[in-house]
Amino acid sequence: MVEHGDIRVVHRGGSKINFRKPVITNDSRFLLCASGESVKVFSTSTEECIHDLRGHTDLVTGVLIKPSNHLQAFSCSADGTVRLWDFTDGILIKVRLLPSIVVCPVLSVSVSSQSLFQLVAVHLPQSGDQLVEARELSAVLTGISSNPAATVFGRGGEYIASANGLQLEVYFFKKQKAYRFSLKEDNKKGGKNTFTCVACHPNDDCIATGHEDGKIRLWRNFNHKKEYTYSTLHWHHSAVSSLSFTPEGTNLLSGGIESVLVQWRYNQENQRDFLPRLGAAITHIAVSPDGALYCTSHSDNKITIIQSCVKVSAVIQGLVKGESVGTDLMIDPRSKSLVLNGKPGHLQFYSLQRDKLLYNLDIVQQEYIHESGLQQFEVVKAAFDASGNWLATVEERKQKGAELELNLKLWAFDEQTQSFVLNTTISAPHEAQITGMCFSHATDSQTTMLVSTSKDGHFKAWQLAAQSQTDGKQPSVCPCPSWSCDFVGAYHGLVPECCSFSADGSLLAVSFQEVVTVWSPASWELLTTLSQPPKAIRNLCFGRLSCSKYLLGTTDSNLLCCWNLLTCSLEWSTSMDVSLLLADPLSENMAAFCCQAGCTDLFVFKPSEPRPLFSQKAVCSGMVTRAVFAPREEMLESCEESSQWLNRSQLYFLTQYMDLMTFTTKTEEERLMASSKQLVIDDSVAMTPFYLLLGKHRQQQQGGDDPQSGVSAERTPLPQGSVAIKELLQTPAHVLPSTSFLCSMFVQSLLISVTDSSKHAEEEMESEKEEEDSEEEIESSRTRPEQQAAVGGGEAAESAAPAMTKAQVRELRRVKKLDHSWLAGLLDS
Amino acid sequence: MASFKPTKIQVYPKLGEKVTQDTLYWKNYKAPVQIKEFGAVTHIDFSPVAPHNFAVTAFTRVCWHLFVHIYGPFSQEPVKTFTRFKDTAYSGRFRSDGQLLVAGCEDSVVRLFDVGGKVALRMFRGHTKAVHVTDFTSDRYQILTGSDDYTCRLWDIPNSTELNTYQEHTDYIRCGVTSKLNRDLFITGSYDHTLKLFDARVDRSVMTMDHGQPVESLLLYPSEGLLVSAGGRYVKVWDLLKGGQPLVSLKNHHKTVTSLCLSTNGQRLLSASLDRHVKVYNTTNYKVVHNFDYAASILSLALAPDDESIVVGMTNSILSIKHRKSPEESKEISGQQRRRPSYRVFVKGKNYVPKQDDYLVSKPVKQHLAKYDKQLKKFNVSKALDTALETWTRHRKPEITVAVIKELDRRGTLNNALAGRDEQGLSQLLNFLIGNLVDPRFAPVLVTAAEMILDIYHSVIGQSPVVDRQLLRLQELLEREIDYQQDLLEVLGMLDTMFASALPRKEVPCSGASRSNGLAQGEASTSRAQLQAT
Repeated sequence: MVEHGDIRVVHRGGSKINFRKPVITNDSRFLLCASGESVKVFSTSTEECIHDLRGHTDLVTGVLIKPSNHLQAFSCSADGTVRLWDFTDGILIKVRLLPSIVVCPVLSVSVSSQSLFQLVAVHLPQSGDQLVEARELSAVLTGISSNPAATVFGRGGEYIASANGLQLEVYFFKKQKAYRFSLKEDNKKGGKNTFTCVACHPNDDCIATGHEDGKIRLWRNFNHKKEYTYSTLHWHHSAVSSLSFTPEGTNLLSGGIESVLVQWRYNQENQRDFLPRLGAAITHIAVSPDGALYCTSHSDNKITIIQSCVKVSAVIQGLVKGESVGTDLMIDPRSKSLVLNGKPGHLQFYSLQRDKLLYNLDIVQQEYIHESGLQQFEVVKAAFDASGNWLATVEERKQKGAELELNLKLWAFDEQTQSFVLNTTISAPHEAQITGMCFSHATDSQTTMLVSTSKDGHFKAWQLAAQSQTDGKQPSVCPCPSWSCDFVGAYHGLVPECCSFSADGSLLAVSFQEVVTVWSPASWELLTTLSQPPKAIRNLCFGRLSCSKYLLGTTDSNLLCCWNLLTCSLEWSTSMDVSLLLADPLSENMAAFCCQAGCTDLFVFKPSEPRPLFSQKAVCSGMVTRAVFAPREEMLESCEESSQWLNRSQLYFLTQYMDLMTFTTKTEEERLMASSKQLVIDDSVAMTPFYLLLGKHRQQQQGGDDPQSGVSAERTPLPQGSVAIKELLQTPAHVLPSTSFLCSMFVQSLLISVTDSSKHAEEEMESEKEEEDSEEEIESSRTRPEQQAAVGGGEAAESAAPAMTKAQVRELRRVKKLDHSWLAGLLDS
Repeated sequence: MASFKPTKIQVYPKLGEKVTQDTLYWKNYKAPVQIKEFGAVTHIDFSPVAPHNFAVTAFTRVCWHLFVHIYGPFSQEPVKTFTRFKDTAYSGRFRSDGQLLVAGCEDSVVRLFDVGGKVALRMFRGHTKAVHVTDFTSDRYQILTGSDDYTCRLWDIPNSTELNTYQEHTDYIRCGVTSKLNRDLFITGSYDHTLKLFDARVDRSVMTMDHGQPVESLLLYPSEGLLVSAGGRYVKVWDLLKGGQPLVSLKNHHKTVTSLCLSTNGQRLLSASLDRHVKVYNTTNYKVVHNFDYAASILSLALAPDDESIVVGMTNSILSIKHRKSPEESKEISGQQRRRPSYRVFVKGKNYVPKQDDYLVSKPVKQHLAKYDKQLKKFNVSKALDTALETWTRHRKPEITVAVIKELDRRGTLNNALAGRDEQGLSQLLNFLIGNLVDPRFAPVLVTAAEMILDIYHSVIGQSPVVDRQLLRLQELLEREIDYQQDLLEVLGMLDTMFASALPRKEVPCSGASRSNGLAQGEASTSRAQLQAT
């Protein structure tokens, strides 16, 4: 075993931002949303993440603005704490411990105990301490739904409405009384009546409930057991997933799987506005307190900010994670971004360096029908060629009882638009599912070749056809080259599984169950066959660089084999259950993920040496089936043997739960920490009319100040912004050293700074007298002494100036740049 | 808010001919000029000297057309007509200087005309039956004739006497050609399936070749090393220098080949047949490179020098003349096509680049959708299908209809769209299915649609005679198609066995580590796969 003390597995790609309903702050400038174990603060105008409020140790389950102070927000988490944050500065203010797991905040907090969810009121004790334990819990409702959208406060907190299953429960706080309304299991037409979400009108006694069958019911008169009424609105064809009233109560917003935001006029429900094709199913709708912004979160990890139901103004998009990744993880050789399945029918390009989604490439180019249970085209395979000029994608649609529909598409990179443009579509390239696909790696060869293997027992080579050979008469029969089939190969009617090109593109290895066939792509000759029975080959991989004579394969029978292609014989083999084997394109290293007892171990080795370079047990739980080596932007220089394999490229992998993880070294982490501090974007001052007015006023003031205090203004501006000065000014006076001590130091530091201002000497002489008169006053104010001292310093410098040599001047200038470091040094001491 | 993505119409590869240099060359002819003659046009011959007039032998006359291509295509009037025939005339041919013309006749008399005169200069009597073959020898003073009395004769023009008689054929002589390089050699083809090369110096045939079919036409290459004969459905090429060895046998027509012709540069061979086609072969590999279709069975074919025009005579007594387009004309036409959509209207203002001080008011780009897409956008599935089934679309662009059906199927609403149709709507649908179901490009989509239609409407079968008839037709069509498929599979199986036995087996180099568990057959399967790829 090799030591690996400083290599850690870390999460990448962010967490879900659509897990819970986002919150818009009162001034509509920020958007808070729960994201994994932290709360993220986004700017609604720039889409940037401003703060990441970290502190919870488990999944954050809800975020809420504090009603009494709209600059603070509560967050609750499954770790049993409620935390209070100042989200503008990103500071944790208070932590409250709750005895059990908090699932969602409403105004008070609902708490789950094991499987049964109950709503409890928590009286938050007033205390100055940061950590408070709240013990006063009083159960309000029991047996509520685990979905926080199904519990809501109504009309300024007079009552609370909660729906679970087929029952709606309304609890009035004043009367301490609960009313229950039930619906029948199924109505006549077979629609399901289960409640999905609840919303309360802000001013009116009206509760809107969404149902499984797409209906919205508006309940009125619900403070009577018998005489309650409801009216039904029906537009959605499947379950309503979110409902929200606008703050004035004039509109009701609803959304569901159709990905259409519907705006109903309250009391004129036949008037509706639609905002269609928002991209993916709507999971939550939030409205800003002033009603100007709507915000919808979608099932594809996206938050859309909509201005007054007409225009999408911003989209905050996280890494789209489906249930599974059909395509392998890939690296786009041009942008060095990670490429994998995104939205249905799309490929997403995710920048690993900036941790941000770059763009989605529409592969299928068909209208996506948002309806559950519909079989649509899915991107199942994709491959890049070595230079990033070509992208091959396979899309597939399997319908019950119908033939499999397959399309192979080849995309060329367009320099002008900087994106991929469809070049060739091959419909039905194979008769059955495509199992593997790879491009020839050779970058220098004239022709690009793609090989695809399929369950129909053939593998096909596709080649870019040369430019059309028509000359003279009709030059533009087909101006751009397109792809066509070059060769169809088969071996005993066995099903090919994996294919791999050698590093120089001179050999192609295709595995047919337990047999590996090696072909020459130049002549399409079967060169040799290698086999290691009894089980089928799972992975196939050529060595790189100095190890390019080796071909590695893993079999279903827990065997890792290494063949030497020069002798066509088995070099070595070892018994391990490798679920994934991949080669680093920039070095000889190979990574093997092994699945053992529900955990995955990682081994990094060179094919030429039987000893692993690095190994880590229990990297994550479950099987790792997707991983990729991403080249680094700049090489790391680590001399430690165990982390040398991370120098050129970084290993990313997807766990069973679709978390993107990577390995980092300690030095890298430190560097990252340092750089992240500079990345915070100051967006705290937005351009409001008030700001414009005030800002102008302030500028004028500054302008006006200048002629008055000409002495100080003509010299360097006051260093109020400096941290050291701030600290000096805020420290109580009795703690500071004596003024005379300070003064002498100060003067010394300033001796240098005024060598250039000889022409102001007379003015300064005059002003000095005035200031000497009011010496006592100056003592009281904090800023003036500096001026005065500066003047004195200037004088001193004036007298000293002629005596200084040029070298001295240069030296002094250098020291001058240090600015107020003298003060900082003083404070530290 | 993303915009609506319109239905993708699959672009299918155009079936039929590929565009090659040859098609471009041979398509570059104007619309044919058609001239009604008095009977079936049996022979056409171009004068070897400019202006290249051509003689057309039809029924009882030999017309003589002036061919001047600068004039419009409709100025094709016969320059001269020889009508001094008692019966059907045959084989009017020019002498190599273009001054004399000879023609045979059903009444066994061969007549020689001066191009300027009207009365026959000489009459050669001696044959006992119709003379179908006449030609001048290369020294210009002798005439070769071939007749239905199984003989061919040589005549002297100045004395109008018979020089020699060759009685070697055992059936009608219907074609013959004299050598252009040697005054003594000539070749005749007969209905006794043979071709005979005669040498006037030795009084008998020097070479005999068996064509295997009654020979209808003969052609000598300019180098005279190769001879082309046409008879039955075959066109055969013989190598005379190798003693009449057959070189190629072409069978591209499905009826008797009647006429042969060589393009001016000798690169292309043309054959005309009773099956109404003229085929153009490449003379290096003898592959068909182009094909002309005509309205009736073709009896005669000629190509003007420099391929300036193609003249074809047909059994329905129509002479069809195609002139080559002049380069200006062909350019002009393409220029017109380009000008037709007034390009400037479309780009008006679109290429305007805003200046620095301009305030840009952006207008939302309106998306133009096809009718069916508009309906699909509104989820009006039945209406979308109705629009896609409109008569024009259905007939001219069936791929649009199929694409809409496919899109509906993808949306899971094809059932709804197909249901609830009246008799007229259903018969329209069935008509479309009958027309396109067996098209391999559309079959996968339409089969599911057809199954759905049968499921939906099986309860109303028997209520409408129109629909019942169409269903029966559909059934018939499917049965026939299944038979075809079965046949094809059988053929495929036969081919597989043939290839497997024909290809030599090669040993695959096996590594020491791998076990040779029947790996040797790998090569055979590879070569088969290659065949599939081509």
